[in-house]
Amino acid sequence: MSNIITVVIDGIAYGMLLFLLAVGLSVTLGLMRFINLAHGAFAMGGGYLAVTLTNRAGLPFLAALPITFVAVGLVGLVLERSGIRHLYRVSALRQVLFTIGFAFAMSAFATILFGPQQQPVRLPLWFSARVPLFGVEIAGYRLFLIIVGAIIATTLAVLVDHTLWGARIRAAVDNRRAAEGIGISVERLFAITFGLGTGLAGLGGALSIEFLGLDPTFAFKYLTIVLMVVAIGGAGSIEGPILAALFLGVADGLFKYFLPEAGSFVIFGLFVTVLVFFPAGLKGRTT
Amino acid sequence: MIPLSARAGKRVWHFRFTHGVAASLFAAALGSYVLFPDYLALITQLLVLIVFALSYDLLQGHAGIVSLGHAAFFGLGAYTAAILARAGITDPLAGLGAAAAVSAAVALVLTPIIVRGTDFTRLLVTLGVASLIYEAANRMRAFTGGADGMPDFEVAPVFGLFPFDFNGKTAFFYAFTVFVLVYAFLWRVTTSPFGLAMRGIRENVRRMPAIGAPVRRHLSVAYMLSGAIAGIAGAVLAQTSRFASLDMLGFDRSAEIMMIATFGGTGHMAGVTIGAALFGLLKDTLSNVSPKYWQLGLGMVLMLAVFFGRDGIGGLIDRLQNLGRRP
Repeated sequence: MSNIITVVIDGIAYGMLLFLLAVGLSVTLGLMRFINLAHGAFAMGGGYLAVTLTNRAGLPFLAALPITFVAVGLVGLVLERSGIRHLYRVSALRQVLFTIGFAFAMSAFATILFGPQQQPVRLPLWFSARVPLFGVEIAGYRLFLIIVGAIIATTLAVLVDHTLWGARIRAAVDNRRAAEGIGISVERLFAITFGLGTGLAGLGGALSIEFLGLDPTFAFKYLTIVLMVVAIGGAGSIEGPILAALFLGVADGLFKYFLPEAGSFVIFGLFVTVLVFFPAGLKGRTT
Repeated sequence: MIPLSARAGKRVWHFRFTHGVAASLFAAALGSYVLFPDYLALITQLLVLIVFALSYDLLQGHAGIVSLGHAAFFGLGAYTAAILARAGITDPLAGLGAAAAVSAAVALVLTPIIVRGTDFTRLLVTLGVASLIYEAANRMRAFTGGADGMPDFEVAPVFGLFPFDFNGKTAFFYAFTVFVLVYAFLWRVTTSPFGLAMRGIRENVRRMPAIGAPVRRHLSVAYMLSGAIAGIAGAVLAQTSRFASLDMLGFDRSAEIMMIATFGGTGHMAGVTIGAALFGLLKDTLSNVSPKYWQLGLGMVLMLAVFFGRDGIGGLIDRLQNLGRRP
């Protein structure tokens, strides 16, 4: 029993990471129908930035996190304004090709700068402390992930549901033309959202070093599961990706615990089944 | 209004030109056999890559279905041929047939989702299914050898007459014949009324039902054909290299074939053929020198191609054709 609790808590921590990695993709996809397969590359960039800041510049990990978030977010914003915004009108195929090309180039850059090996990261000591909870001992790092994830998810949900900015986003996702008609500048809205989304991906990348590892293949390794979160959660909302990420994280953990020989097979099977029966995602927003 | 005779003349010119291009492609493949007898293994791999690229081009270039998981069919074909050979059915043609059948069957199962989806759902489904099959092959070590691949199986002589030799001569002619047959078959398919209907669907999916075209059935058939040919390509690679491995199913290969179709010019068979051959050659030479700079360059070129190179190599060929057409 205590094992199962550990597995579930691990799964929730993993789910929070998946949420951070996926939420930007989900919102930008919902807003602009822009298929961004380079999202994982931004997360990878965040990971490498955090490694550089902590290991080479000697910053504490907790200080490196907000810097990573802001820096990757700014890079995303600049790229959106300079290149990506020209891609909204082209076909899905060209968007896919461009973003795959970008991710390829980034992953090659990472190999050139850092080499192909896994990157170690210096974490605060209390991350490896074991905290007793629900009768089991939980690694401090897992707990930290869950708390950070919950704070960010709540903040985002409040922002989207209760601020003018959020109302604009919801309006633009529902009906872009009508939103533009009443004077919402969807382009500016999108640039900010894109920056925020890439920043969160960068933060997710930094946080996942200890959990998922960091090497140049990161840009594509978690792409499938991140897209699964978006697809199951439905594009363009906050609650959808949260639920989908937690569900996938916990389900993946449980299946790997009870059926280790099947590995990720079950989770992919589950995903394909969901797509067969709910092509628009479980949340039911149109993609 | 162009006079009828001139139009007929244009059509004859078009016919001659495209046949001439196809014939020179075949001649180039044969010529490479004569000129580079030491590189037969590489040339055979290039022919396999071309067949795979043509299969993907049928899907994306003609039917307009984007896929991020086409390597799934390629790998399925490779593993089918390898597993059959290990089970004692070593006849290469039986292997090809089985590979085509298995890939087509899997494609058939997927058609309901592929056909009704948007581009985004298609990308997700193809990526998801490819990951699923990859993971299945990875886990079923007893059948597939898992991450180590499947090295040890025998392949019988073709027709019982031509054994696969160490120099790779039989392998070359085997792959060459498959290439020519697939090219001719796809030529026939894409110029048939069915091929025209596919092009219509690609251009305007809403209007096609209005003229009575069964859109879903056409797309299903295209998807199955494309899957079957990809399976054949995979089987040829497994049989000629006597090896099947997980990377034949992987995401990299799916992304690669998408790039090749783009560089070659989507929907342009001769362009895609040349594109695949050039890509394979460049990859072989450059990735041996420096894999990371090859990947960097590839990414950059791809990003630029999205903005600038709209028609790829096929576009160049068409321009050449228009030069000759001028009175």
